[in-house]
Amino acid sequence: MNLTFNRTLVALAATLAIALLPLGSGLDAQGKGTIKIATQSPLSGGQAALGEGIKLGTQLAVEKYKGPLEKMGFKVDVVPFDDQAKPDVGVANAKNINADKDIMAVIGHLNSGVAIPSSDVYKEVGLVMISPANTNPTVTDRNYPNVNRVCGRDDVQGVVGSEFASGTVKAKTVYVVHDKTTYGQGVAEFFRDDAKKKGMEVLGFEGTEEKSNFDPILTPIRAKNPSVLYFGGIYDQGAPFFKKASEKGIKAKFMGPDGMDSSDLTKIAGKAVVGMYYTSAAGPASALPKAKGFVEDYKKKFSKNPEPYAAEAYDATAIALKAIEAAAKGGKAPSREAVAAEVRKVKYNGITGDIEFDGKGDRKKSNYFVLEVASDNPEKWGDNKIVKQLTIAAPAAKK
Amino acid sequence: MDFQLLVAIFPQVLLDGIILGFMYALIALGYTMVYGVLEFINFAHSEIFVFGAFVGVEILLALKSRGLLETLPWPLVLVGILVAGMLASGTLAVTIERVAYRPLRAAPRLIPLISAIGMSFFLQDIIRLFESLWRNAFNLVYPSMDVLNRRFELTSTLDVSTKSLVVIVAALLMLWALHVVVNRTKIGTAIRAVAEDQAAASLMGIDVNRIISLTFLIGGAMGGAAGVLFGVQYSLINPYTGFIPGLKAFTAAVLGGIGNIPGAMLGGLVLGLLEAFAASYMSLLTGGAFGAEYKDIFAFSVLILILIFRPKGLLGEVVRERA
Repeated sequence: MNLTFNRTLVALAATLAIALLPLGSGLDAQGKGTIKIATQSPLSGGQAALGEGIKLGTQLAVEKYKGPLEKMGFKVDVVPFDDQAKPDVGVANAKNINADKDIMAVIGHLNSGVAIPSSDVYKEVGLVMISPANTNPTVTDRNYPNVNRVCGRDDVQGVVGSEFASGTVKAKTVYVVHDKTTYGQGVAEFFRDDAKKKGMEVLGFEGTEEKSNFDPILTPIRAKNPSVLYFGGIYDQGAPFFKKASEKGIKAKFMGPDGMDSSDLTKIAGKAVVGMYYTSAAGPASALPKAKGFVEDYKKKFSKNPEPYAAEAYDATAIALKAIEAAAKGGKAPSREAVAAEVRKVKYNGITGDIEFDGKGDRKKSNYFVLEVASDNPEKWGDNKIVKQLTIAAPAAKK
Repeated sequence: MDFQLLVAIFPQVLLDGIILGFMYALIALGYTMVYGVLEFINFAHSEIFVFGAFVGVEILLALKSRGLLETLPWPLVLVGILVAGMLASGTLAVTIERVAYRPLRAAPRLIPLISAIGMSFFLQDIIRLFESLWRNAFNLVYPSMDVLNRRFELTSTLDVSTKSLVVIVAALLMLWALHVVVNRTKIGTAIRAVAEDQAAASLMGIDVNRIISLTFLIGGAMGGAAGVLFGVQYSLINPYTGFIPGLKAFTAAVLGGIGNIPGAMLGGLVLGLLEAFAASYMSLLTGGAFGAEYKDIFAFSVLILILIFRPKGLLGEVVRERA
């Protein structure tokens, strides 16, 4: 009897000790616990170059702007998640993110097709997502209170592209190929529809998941001889596509959306894409007047050039931290809903320009660019020439 | 519908289909030969194929960084990477057989099948791990050699690049060599004997284990050669590139009659042509309603039809000749 009592006591004490352990270690880090910023982007696979940029941009911003929160007594951490550019992986990660109560904001994703289902999961707990890169209109058109983006939209980007094709390239005919993803097909459709409106003839509209053997698709394109060949998709597919098109002797001007915006495009396609045009809803960091310090810090810390969207991730993170500060006024750990509400109130002058969100989470005024690939050397991706720059307000919410 | 256009691109589509078909044929040989002697599907064969492609690209990149790619004569470089890819993939195939299949020889047929699937995943991620540590890259690009990209415009809609010719010639040579080895040499006779009846073959003094190893070596070498040619032709590879061509080649082997060597070649060609025609003509013929993305659905529908009427495959009934 006595023995069992003792055992119970020991067990009780042990349980208590274990229960108090995290509290104790939290207290060691000056008191009020940890605030975590999660990133979700592909860190492995064919699109890892861009995904890594988002993660590193976030880390840099947290290091730079965590000061005020640390003064309040919080520890600030970045937790990177690898969504592998796959919707199912993104959603599974999102559930883990929801379960970690310390995570106050998500910076991500790279792919709209992954962001849309994942943000449904964040919405369940009111967790805010600030996207540096998702340009598909649906991302914000759902009017979720927790979804925001600092980049532009494809319904504008596609039109910018087709305007350039008709106005500057003076194309009469276009041929459009896309990768069948939410993002790629979406932007390709906006491009096609506006091209028709502008009086250009659309010779073909084709989707493919093919990664290497583009011969059979290119044969009819070569015979039809369009003046512009547009690929709606991401560089890991676009680069071999354009490479093969050039090898086959297709003389069309190559064009693509911001998915082409990675140094890996020239790494894979080499000379084939020099002189190619791509539109972007995110300017190159080297061209942003205020991003100079950012580029230097990034190079110093990670010894490489920032990939596109790294600057956007940096700004998105700065906004998230500001919102958390505002929600944590008085030094109490904020609720996720409060953070999401504060994000919408932030007016921020970031390295990519002035950022303010409208009622559905779009950046009120975004920059759109048309760029020309300058060199087949991937190191010189940052030298790509801006041939056109526009600032366009986000379209109003459709009711 | 533009009838003239349909006719004009026909020769080009035919050529694309033949190149793809030979690629499938070379890979399909590995599946069909292993099935011939062991009656199970070696699902790790798609990684044996991609391994050859990686050996090829590593040699080319090494040559390039030493500045030798431009100075060495290009046929020598090509033959060099082809032989290296074949040796590497052949050795890998023999090793896999020794490690993952031979200990399970007496087990029910499903057991080595599972072992093969496991091997396939294992190899994919080993290659990925190695390349991320070694080059910090996921996609690797075959360095382009200007000679290979030279094109000959035969007509305004038909042109042939040097590398397409190289692929066709190399594939034909290899298929012919295999035919000679299997049908005209003692070793070939031994392989066919083991395929027909292992017990009887061993009673006739044939070392069955050695012959099985040899079958893996030849099948693996063909896969490795296909890998190198794939890299030369399509230039972009990653550790998971092998999966889809492997699946298609397996289909080609079944289409031709699994276990039958000429069948694998025929099946590969048929599937390659079906795919190329579907991808090029679908959207033209349906006015854009069905695009190239439906090529696999079309190709596989035809395949199902063929297999309904010839369940043993196109050449499946010539059981005696299987190897």
